[in-house]
Amino acid sequence: MRNKTAMCVLMIALVLVHLALLFAGFFAPYDPAAQNRDLSYAPPTRIHFVGSTGFHWGPFTYGMVKDFDGYREDQSQQIPLRLFAKGDSYTLLWVFHCKTHFFGADRPARLQLFGADAYGRDEFSRLLYGGQISLAAGLVATLITLAVATIIGTVSGYYGKWIDEMLMGSAELFLALPWFYFLVGVRAFLPLHVSPKETFLLLIIVIGVIGWARPARLIRGIVLSARTRNYVVAARAFGGSDFYLLRRHILPETFAVLIPQATLLIPQYIAAEATLSFFGLGISEPVPSWGNMLSTLQQYNVLVSYSWLLAPAGALVITSVMYWRLADRLHYWLQSHSI
Amino acid sequence: MKAAFRLALVVCLLAAVCIAAAPTPQPLTASEQVQRVDGEVGAYGGRLVIGQRAEPKTLNPVTATDALSREAIGRCNADLISINRLSQKTEPALTESWRMSGDGRVFTLKLRKGIRFSDGHPFDADDVVFSFSLYLDEAIGSPQRDLLVIDGKPLVVSKLDQYTVRFTLPRPYAAAERLFDGLAMLPRHLLEKAYREGKFDQTWTLNAGASEIAGLGPFRVKQYVSGQHLVLERNPYYWKVDRNNNRLPYLDELVFLFVGSEDQQVMRFEAGETDMVSRLSAENYALLSNEQAHSGWQLADLGPSLEYNFLVFNLNDLGPKKLDDVAKKQAWFGDLGFRQAVSAAIDRDSIVRLVYGARGTALWGNVGPGNKLWINQTLPRPQRSLDTARQLLKAAGFSWDSSGQLLDTSRQPVEFSIVTSSSNTQRMKIATLVQDDLAHLGMQVHVVPLDFRSMIDRVFQSFNYEAAIMGLGGGDPDPNPEMNVWLSSGATHLWHLGETQPATPWEGEVDHLMQQQMVTLNYEKRKRLYDRVQQLISENLPFIFLATPNVLTGAKAQIGNFHPAVLDHYTLWNADQLFLRTQPRAVERAGIR
Repeated sequence: MRNKTAMCVLMIALVLVHLALLFAGFFAPYDPAAQNRDLSYAPPTRIHFVGSTGFHWGPFTYGMVKDFDGYREDQSQQIPLRLFAKGDSYTLLWVFHCKTHFFGADRPARLQLFGADAYGRDEFSRLLYGGQISLAAGLVATLITLAVATIIGTVSGYYGKWIDEMLMGSAELFLALPWFYFLVGVRAFLPLHVSPKETFLLLIIVIGVIGWARPARLIRGIVLSARTRNYVVAARAFGGSDFYLLRRHILPETFAVLIPQATLLIPQYIAAEATLSFFGLGISEPVPSWGNMLSTLQQYNVLVSYSWLLAPAGALVITSVMYWRLADRLHYWLQSHSI
Repeated sequence: MKAAFRLALVVCLLAAVCIAAAPTPQPLTASEQVQRVDGEVGAYGGRLVIGQRAEPKTLNPVTATDALSREAIGRCNADLISINRLSQKTEPALTESWRMSGDGRVFTLKLRKGIRFSDGHPFDADDVVFSFSLYLDEAIGSPQRDLLVIDGKPLVVSKLDQYTVRFTLPRPYAAAERLFDGLAMLPRHLLEKAYREGKFDQTWTLNAGASEIAGLGPFRVKQYVSGQHLVLERNPYYWKVDRNNNRLPYLDELVFLFVGSEDQQVMRFEAGETDMVSRLSAENYALLSNEQAHSGWQLADLGPSLEYNFLVFNLNDLGPKKLDDVAKKQAWFGDLGFRQAVSAAIDRDSIVRLVYGARGTALWGNVGPGNKLWINQTLPRPQRSLDTARQLLKAAGFSWDSSGQLLDTSRQPVEFSIVTSSSNTQRMKIATLVQDDLAHLGMQVHVVPLDFRSMIDRVFQSFNYEAAIMGLGGGDPDPNPEMNVWLSSGATHLWHLGETQPATPWEGEVDHLMQQQMVTLNYEKRKRLYDRVQQLISENLPFIFLATPNVLTGAKAQIGNFHPAVLDHYTLWNADQLFLRTQPRAVERAGIR
C-alpha cells in the first residue's frame, strides 16, 4: 500500500515537471534568448515582503543596479510581483501565440528567480525551455538505445553460435571506434548550419546509435544464463516456440538490468549533448538546453563565482532521481503482480 | 666494518646533494665582454615554478613551432639583437654593437668576446654562421626561414674575423635588426656532426640528455619527466651581470609544470604551487584580484595586447568548389554597404564588458592602442548605431518584410552562419553577442562552434564557411610581420586567399604601400605609409574588427624584478633578473588592506 502511495506521488510530481516544461512559455517570465547586457551574471532576484514602509501582503522586488563589484538592489522603488503578467510573446504548444506569463514583475525590475547568465539572460526561463529539448532528447535516445540493445542482445544470447559472434564482434568494434574522429568526420559531411529541429533528430540518432553496444552485451549475458535455466529448458521440452520462451520466460529477466540502465543513460545522454556541441553537433546558441547551459560550468571562474548557474545540474539530478525512484517502484510492482 | 659502511653512505649522500644543487655562477674574467643590466640587485637561490597548459613538443629552437616549446626554449637560448619587451625597441644582446651601411643592405655585427655556452665552450662567429645555415636550410624547414628570405633570396652571412659577422640583404629592409630577435644562436660543436649526417631533426628532442644540449640563455636543461615537468637550472657561464657585477641569473632553477588548461594554471597558482601566471582571462584575473588583499599577489593589467579579434566574411574565389549556398551569399558579403552596416550594428563596448570584463579595448582597425608606435590615431571610431546600419542597408538595396526579417535585392531572407573555435570560450561569447546584435537588423545569424582544426581547415582549405570569428597578431609591433595578412598574395590574406593579382583597386594600393614601407628606412615615412594602409583597411572593412583583450598577468609577492610586458613572453622575458625575496618589501606590505 505504501508503495502505491509513493508511486502516485512520484507520478504526479513527474507529470507536473513535464507539464511545466511543456508550457515553458507560460511559466517562464522571459524570452530565453533575450539578452540584457546590463545584467550579466546578475544573482537571483530576491522577493520581499518587508520594505521601508513595513509589511506587505503582496510580495515585491527591487530593480538591480550595477555596483563596484557586483549588483545591489535599488531600494527607492518597490515593484510588486504580478500573476498573469504581460511580457515577451511566445508560442504555446507550437500553435498559440500568447503574451501572458504565469508571473512577472514590471520594469525596471526583472524577476530572475535563478539569476542571469553571462549575457544577462534569465536562467529560470532558459531552464524551462532547455528542459523541453534535453528531457525529450534524453528519453527518446535512451528508448532507442535500449530497444536496439535488447533486440541485438537477445538475439545474440538466445541463438548463440555465429550470430552471437558476429553481433558481439560488431559491438566490440563499436566500443573501440575512435569517436572523436568519427564525429569530426560526420560534421564535415553535414551542411554548415543545421536547424534546431534537425539537430534534435541528429542528436537522438547519434547518441542512441553510439550507446547500444554496452547494454547489448549486458543483456546478452542475462539471456545466455536464462536460456539454460531449468524452467526454460522444461518449457522448451513442452514445445514452447522461441517467441513464447523469449516473451514469457527470458525477456522479463532482463527488466532488472534495463531499468537501472535507463536511469543511468538518461542523465548521461543529456550531458552528452554538451560534448556534441563541441563539434557543432549540439543545440547551438541562443537556443537553450541543459547540456549547453551546463557547458558554461566548465569554466573554473563560473563554477566558483556564480553558484546559481548550477541550476541545470540541480534540475538534472532531481529529475533523474525521480525517474530512478519511479522505475524502482515500477519494478517491484511488476514483480509482485507478475506471479 | 659498520663504520666504514656509514662513512660510505654519508659520502654518497653528500655527493648526491652536490650533484642535485644548481651550479654556482662562474667568476667573471677580464677578457669577457659581459652585458651589465639595470634593475634591482637580487639575491641568489631558489626555484621558480610555472604552470604550462601542455607539454612542449621539442627543445630545438630551429624546428619549434608552438608557443609552449618556445616558452622553455627562449629561456635556454639567446639572440644577437633583441627587442626590449618594455621599450619595444632593439638593443644589443650577443652582439656588442652593430653598424648598418648607408643603403641599408649590409649589417656588420661585432660579437661579445670571451663568452661561453652553457657547457663552457666558447662562442664565436663560426657558431653564428652555422646557426644561420640551419635556419636557411630548406630541408630543415624552420618556421623562421620565411623572415630571412626577402624577394625569394636569402640573406647572406659571412664571417669577417673571429668576432665579426656581416649580413648582406638582397635589398634594403626596414627595421632589419628586428629580424634577429628570437633567432637562437646554436653551438656548432654539438650540432654540426648530426647536421652533416642529416640527422638534425633528431637532435634536442625532449628526451635528449642534458649534456647534449647547450645554449647561451640564462638557463640550461636539467631534467625532463614526460607528462610532469621540465626543470631548467642556472647557466653558470651566462653573459649578463647586474649593477654590482654579480653574474645572472639569480634563480637556481626554473621549473615548468605541465598542468593541462588555463583553469588549471589558475588553480595551481591560487594553491601556491606555481609562482607566476601569464595571459590570464579577464574572469580568472577578477577571481584572483578578489583574493589579492590577503594573498599579496602582484597582479598586473598591462593594457591592450597586440592581438586583434575580428569577424571575416568568406570572399574567396569558390570557382569549381560547388559551394552554391556560400556563393549566393557572397553577393551580400562583397557589398561594402553590407559590411559597413554589420560593423555599425555591433556593440563593441558590450564585447569589452561582457567578454573581457572591461579589461579590453574596442577595435576599429588592425592596429590597436597597445601598439603606440604604429597606431593611426586619426581613424574614426564610430559608436554603435542601428539607425546608421539600417540606412546603409537600405542604400544598398536591402529591405524588410512585415516580421522584420531582412531581405536582399531579390527578396531572399538574409541568413548566414558564423564559425568559431569551440574551445575558445571568449570567441564563442563574442559570436553569441554578434548574433544578437545582428538579429536587431533582421539578419538571421547562426553560431556554429567547431573544433579548432576543422575550423582552420574550412577557412584555409575547403572555403566551406560563410563568416568566421578569429584572432590574429600579438607578436612584434612592427608592420613587417603583418605583411602576410595584408598583401593580396599573403598566406593569411584570410578573406580572399590565393589572389594572383589584387582583386580590388584598394587591395592593389595596400600591396604597393606595404611593399614600399618594407624598403623605407625612415620611421616617419614608414609611419605615413602604414597609416594609409590602416585607413584603407578601415574604410573597406575586409575584417570587421571587434576588440582586443588586455594582457593580464600575476606573480607571487616575493618575486623581485617582476616587469611583465605586452609582448611575448609576457612574464619570463627577463627571467635572468627574476629573484625571490626572503622578506616582502615594506611598500607591498603597506599596500595590503
